[in-house]
Amino acid sequence: MTIQIHTPLTVETVSSLKSGDKVEISGTIYTARDQAHKRIVAAIENGEALPFELAGQIIFYAGPAPTPPGKASGSIGPTTSARMDAVTPLLLEHGLKGVIGKGPRSQAVKDALSRYNAVYFAATGGVAALLSSYIKRVELIAYPDLGPEAVYKLEVENFPVIVAADAHGGDFYEQNRRLYKRA
Amino acid sequence: MREIPAAELTRIVKDLCLKANTGLRPDVLEAVRASLAVETSPTGREVLEQVLQNAELAASEKLPICQDTGYVSVFIQLGQDVWLKGDIAEAINEGVRQAYAEGFLRKSIVARPIFGRENTGDNTPAFINIDLVAGDKVKIIVMPKGGGTENASRLRMLPVSKDADAVKRFVLEMAENAAKSCPPVIVGVGVGGSFDKVGLLAKKALLRPLSDKNPDPQLAAFEGELLTEINNLGIGPAGLGGKVTALGVKIETMPTHIACLPAAIAFNCIAARQAEATI
Repeated sequence: MTIQIHTPLTVETVSSLKSGDKVEISGTIYTARDQAHKRIVAAIENGEALPFELAGQIIFYAGPAPTPPGKASGSIGPTTSARMDAVTPLLLEHGLKGVIGKGPRSQAVKDALSRYNAVYFAATGGVAALLSSYIKRVELIAYPDLGPEAVYKLEVENFPVIVAADAHGGDFYEQNRRLYKRA
Repeated sequence: MREIPAAELTRIVKDLCLKANTGLRPDVLEAVRASLAVETSPTGREVLEQVLQNAELAASEKLPICQDTGYVSVFIQLGQDVWLKGDIAEAINEGVRQAYAEGFLRKSIVARPIFGRENTGDNTPAFINIDLVAGDKVKIIVMPKGGGTENASRLRMLPVSKDADAVKRFVLEMAENAAKSCPPVIVGVGVGGSFDKVGLLAKKALLRPLSDKNPDPQLAAFEGELLTEINNLGIGPAGLGGKVTALGVKIETMPTHIACLPAAIAFNCIAARQAEATI
């Protein structure tokens, strides 16, 4: 069964999600990866305005390919989440409710998901043409000098993800792998 | 001496960049289809189905199969009886520039690795390797490769006394990185040579088709053994658990120093891209 959710995320929605759940996201999400995180963290530390209000929102760790004419979006997919591990807890502390990426997270991130009631979704890497078909609109909203690393506001419809780590300590990467490991 | 204007490379590299980025390697496509008969994890099966759907959509819509259209690795086998007349590197870079602009491919190269990291804006320079071979032909292989799998690469100088066992332990330890490299992966292992040579060996191993059998029977058996053990790790498609973690393991070796056992491991992701041409 697939669970449909809409942004912004509420505490109730986040709490209801369990690791391994198949989810489709509709609404607005924002891209940010390495360089954008650096600037967002600096803005938080200096008390400056952020490119978007973090409260209730979802960040997608992604740098899209340019949008070809006649398309809503170029190919888009998750980058390795672990590179954002060091700064994710700070963003969650400031109200971010969800992140989308790929690959396992650190224990500190998983602890922060529980502490601040947030969720980590995994999108499939390497299938970016397919994922672009769920994007209805792409708008560059901050840091244009970063090119593919800028912050893009995306309108998504039924964007497919899996709950990789939930707000209750569940980690699907660990749980499911255990079932298939033959030592 | 056969003369070929270096500018000829521009057209070829451009075409190969466009072809590679929008079409999954045919042998990988075939291996993914075959792996559906093996994979029992429901999540893993869904990921493999997504890979097949994505390949079809990317080919029909001429969209990049992965948003990370990579750095461009160019391997040239240059016949010694050929004179590539002109600026070879610039001709190749111009091909990359044109393909990445016209194909709406992502530009992912920063000029300075530290102190700035400004994007070059046209995905150049390409990373070029030239090998001299006999004859009057030029073979050009283009492999666009993403940053995620590149970060999973490792190189280690191993203890000589442990021989193949040291290589096996190194590969299985580093195979944990497959989880971050969009598995199922292709694993390239380089063994021998020197610090600088062994990384390139691992990369060249990735270029071999999955069906390519190692001509050395001991190495062929070793490749099979490592593949089985990597798949026993349970990492699975997209790292979300399953039986299919790797589609193939390829080992390339070369002579080395009596005191040395260099080893390197490189991965290609499920969006394995590669195209070649010979002139």
